Amino acid sequence: MLVEIRNLTIAFPTAQGMSAAVRSVSLDLGAEKLGIVGESGSGKSLTARALLRLLPPAARVSADVLRFDGIDILSASERDMRRVRGKRAGLIMQDPKYSLNPIMTAGAQIAEAWANQRHASRREAAEAAIDLLAQVQIRDPRRVAGMYPHEISGGMGQRVMIAMMLAPDPELLIADEPTSALDATVQAEILRLMEDLVSRRGMGLILISHDLPLVSHFCDRVVVMYAGRVVEELQAGALAQASHPYTRGLLECLPTLSHPKARLPVMARDPAWLS
Amino acid sequence: MISVQDLVVRFGPVAAVTGVTFAVGEGSSFGIVGESGSGKSTVLRALSGLNPAWTGRMTIAGQALAPKRDRAFFRRVQMVFQDPYGSLHPRQTVDRALSEPLLVHGIGDVDRRIRQALAEVALPAAARFRYPHQLSGGQRQRVAIARALMCEPEVLLLDEPTSALDVSVQAEVLNLLADLQDRRRLTYVMVSHNLAVIAHLCPMIGVMQGGEMVEMLSADDLRAGRTTHPHTGDLRRLSQELEEA
Repeated sequence: MLVEIRNLTIAFPTAQGMSAAVRSVSLDLGAEKLGIVGESGSGKSLTARALLRLLPPAARVSADVLRFDGIDILSASERDMRRVRGKRAGLIMQDPKYSLNPIMTAGAQIAEAWANQRHASRREAAEAAIDLLAQVQIRDPRRVAGMYPHEISGGMGQRVMIAMMLAPDPELLIADEPTSALDATVQAEILRLMEDLVSRRGMGLILISHDLPLVSHFCDRVVVMYAGRVVEELQAGALAQASHPYTRGLLECLPTLSHPKARLPVMARDPAWLS
Repeated sequence: MISVQDLVVRFGPVAAVTGVTFAVGEGSSFGIVGESGSGKSTVLRALSGLNPAWTGRMTIAGQALAPKRDRAFFRRVQMVFQDPYGSLHPRQTVDRALSEPLLVHGIGDVDRRIRQALAEVALPAAARFRYPHQLSGGQRQRVAIARALMCEPEVLLLDEPTSALDVSVQAEVLNLLADLQDRRRLTYVMVSHNLAVIAHLCPMIGVMQGGEMVEMLSADDLRAGRTTHPHTGDLRRLSQELEEA
C-alpha cells in the first residue's frame, strides 16, 4: 500500500476546547486514482495534507496508522519528511497564480524541481524542463519555458505546476481542487492530462474536489466526506447507487442540462450524519 | 429593458469584444457563456459602466448609456461579482456594507431597510454586525446580493455569482436569485462558464467565442441539442459528458 490511514483525527484548539476537523478517517491507496469529495470545511484538504505533514502548527494530529510507503509520518524526522514532500509526493493546489514563484520563469522553476536531489548540470535541467512542458501538452515548450507566471493563462499555469510536480518522478500526486479556478473546457483538459500521466507512470493520485460527478469521471474510487468523517465510499462508476443522503444531496443540487428542474433541491442536513 | 447593439470594446490595439448585439425583456434573464478570454465579462463590465472604452449603442429602460454614468444609473443597475471574499470590505461590518449604498443615494430609513434586506436574502438578523471573515462563502455572497438590492435596482448584472461556492450553496443562491426575480420583477444579465447554471436561470443564452457572440438560442433549444454553431455544440457536449456520473 502506498498510503495507509487508520483512525486519523485532526483537532484545533478553540476558546471552547479542542474542536475536531477530521474524525477517525481511514483510507488506503495503492497505485490508483482516489477522489475525495466534500464541501468546504469537510476536512478533505486536511486529510490529504496530513500525509505530507503540512498542517498548521496549531493542529493536533493523532492516528493509529499514518503511513506513506511504509514511512510513519507521525514519527518521521523533519529531514525524512523533506525527502517525501515534492520528491516522492507532489501537491498541486487550486490557483497557480499563488503557487508559482512570480519572479522565476516557468522553465527555471521546473528545472529547479528536477535538479533537486539529482546530480545534473544546469543545461540538462533546462532540457528536462522543456521535455516536461512538452509532456503536459504545451505546444511551444521552449517559448513557454522562458515566460514568467504573469505572462501565462490559468490553464497553462496549472500545466506548469503539474510539470513541476512530475519532475522528481513522484509516486503520489495530491491535487487539491486543481481546476476550480479554471473554466469548464480547460478544467476537463487538465483533469484528462493528469489522469493520463498518472496512469501511464503507475502513480497514485488523490484528487480533492467539491464536484462529485466531475471527480468520479477521472477517478477509480470516490470517498465522500462530511463534517470530518467519511460518510460513503463508492466505485466511480456507481454514483447512481449512492445510498447516503448527503451523497445523494450533492448529486441532486447540481443544475444539469439533461434534467431541467424548476427549483433546485436544497440540502437538508440531518444532525444524525454527525454521529 | 436592456438593449445592446454592435458593442465593441478595445484594450489598446486588442478588440476584446467585436460587435455584440442582444436584448433582454423586463423581468427576464439573459445568460452569456463562453471560455475565459471570450469577452463575456467584458460585455458585462461595459454595460455596468466599469469600462468606459466602448463603442456601439446600449440602452437601459429606453435611455441611451454614455461612457460615464450618472448616479441615477447606479440606482437602477447593480452588479454582483464572482468572489465574495474580494467584493466585501474586510474591515467593514455587514451593517456598514449595506448602509453605504443608502448613504450614497441619500435614501433614508436605513435601519428598517437593512433588516428587510437581510431577511430577504435569508440571513439571520445577527449577521448584521459581523465582519465578512466571520461569515461563510455562501453567506458572504448573500450579503453581496443584499447590498446590490439596497437601492432597489431594476437590473442586476451577475458575473459568475456562484462559481466560488460549494455545489449545495450554489443551489441555495440560484434559488434565491430566482425568488428575488419573481418578487421584484428584476432583469438579470448573468455571465458564467457553466452551461448548466446559465440554462437553469436564463431562458435566452448567448454563446461567446473570441469576442464575438457566435450564437443566440433558447435554453430549451440548448437542452434539446438544437445548436447551430460548432462551439455551442462543443460546450454542450462537454457539459453533458461531465454531468453524467
